[in-house]
Amino acid sequence: MKGNSIIELKNVNFYYGESRALTDITMDFEKNRITALIGPSGCGKSTLLRVLNRMNDLIDGTRVEGEIIFEGVNVYSPDVDPVDVRRKIGMVFQKPNPFPKSIFNNVTYAPRLAGMMKRSDLEFLVEESLKQAALWDEVKDILDKSAMTLSGGQQQRLCIARALAMKPDVILMDEPTSALDPISTAKIEELMDELRKSYTIIIVTHNMQQAARVSSQTGFFYLGKLIEYDSTEKIFTIPDVKQTEDYITGRFG
Amino acid sequence: MQNVLQTSMAWRYFKQKVFFSIVTLSAMLIAFALGGLIFYIVLHGISAISWDFLTLPPTDSMTKGGIMPAILGTLYLTIGAIAVALPLGVVSAVYLAEYAKQGKFVRLIRIGINCLAGVPSVVFGLFGLGFFVLFLQFGSCILSGALTLAVLILPTIIGASEEALKSVPQTFREASLALGVSKWQTIYKIVMPSALPGILTGSILGIGRAAGETAPIMFTAAAFFTAKLPGSVFDEVMALPYHIYVLATAGTHIEETRSIQYGTVLVLVGLVLGIDLIAIVIRSYMRKKKRW
Repeated sequence: MKGNSIIELKNVNFYYGESRALTDITMDFEKNRITALIGPSGCGKSTLLRVLNRMNDLIDGTRVEGEIIFEGVNVYSPDVDPVDVRRKIGMVFQKPNPFPKSIFNNVTYAPRLAGMMKRSDLEFLVEESLKQAALWDEVKDILDKSAMTLSGGQQQRLCIARALAMKPDVILMDEPTSALDPISTAKIEELMDELRKSYTIIIVTHNMQQAARVSSQTGFFYLGKLIEYDSTEKIFTIPDVKQTEDYITGRFG
Repeated sequence: MQNVLQTSMAWRYFKQKVFFSIVTLSAMLIAFALGGLIFYIVLHGISAISWDFLTLPPTDSMTKGGIMPAILGTLYLTIGAIAVALPLGVVSAVYLAEYAKQGKFVRLIRIGINCLAGVPSVVFGLFGLGFFVLFLQFGSCILSGALTLAVLILPTIIGASEEALKSVPQTFREASLALGVSKWQTIYKIVMPSALPGILTGSILGIGRAAGETAPIMFTAAAFFTAKLPGSVFDEVMALPYHIYVLATAGTHIEETRSIQYGTVLVLVGLVLGIDLIAIVIRSYMRKKKRW
């Protein structure tokens, strides 16, 4: 199990200015699995997600301590370019956020800037990514239409396709279905199960059932600390810590 | 009890009516003022407008003939000012909105920009005279005038551009950066195109101001009279606002040239509206394309 981890966190602390948002997080994320991060609002789980692909760099006055080893390299070491990290670790946000461009150009936007130029390559990539995101059949005839005309669920799958087009190893999902209706949510969850075979997925969710349904590992966060991290089955049936049980059974949070 | 409720309702209804009347009246007053202004200018100026008026230089000590050199001069000065101020202003706005760490230094720059926006235009004229005309030895010419006007409208363009950049949803930036696209590419490919309509609004305001100002070009570019059309950016030109000023105050035939004055005003207003209209059309076309 140890040898199969793709991201390892060692004693990670994270600060917004003076206030500490994450305290001494040590955890491994396993390859080709879905790991769920749960906990009440403000517990640091989204912060942790954004630490992994260095999105928190964008906020002035933030600071990271400890090590985050991704494929053998500390992503915060000075010689690592955050742009490279983000190409390898994709992200899907809470609210679908396609660009105000065509569906085709949404998918090809980043690959083009990364140097992919040939039209045939791009067309192949669009079809491949949209198929992986289970959106191809719905949009294959309207690739030139603006992404803004799609429904919320379709937009979110487009955002997943857009992330997949960069061929990342890891996909971070920050409450990807909280703005979607149950049917779209079910589609995204099915999709995640499919993607798990070739990608590692880390998902932050407020929906207990979702965590239980999709993930194989679950970490419970509270007040910036990792309270318990184990197989999803164990967390949701016989958690070791009282706080975890209280949260999962709805007694607080 | 019922009675009390009814009277209070009538009172509320009355208050609402009074308030709405005030609001409507204020809006109508503004529309009326603008309408009246344009009506007055057209009424007095339309008789002067003819093909010759628009295409010929002034003759007979500027009491007859046309105003073509002034139209052309104003066009050159305005386009020159925008050509300098727009790129510079947008780049400054990008720095302020996207790159600069918010702190004392940026606050100082912002205060500077705001102060610049409040400086009377005649001060810009004197600055242009001192710096561009005399120190840099450009002389009184299109280049000096356009640069002076550019400095004048720079704060407007920076302000509008910064607002436009800030109004681009943060989610666009995050989406792009999270895909491993660099910050510069994100600004260039995503933020700027989305902010362009707002930036254009800033330039519209700038154009209006640049075309209409008299004081900044009085010492730096505008000739009292020259029938000759400029051959290079180092030539003096006539300009509509200054021409109006000259005809209305400095000439010896002030009364006789009233209709020419109004005609010139009409042309100036028409020119500014025309340039604005082009920018507005471009803007609405872009807005349609980039809706979110």
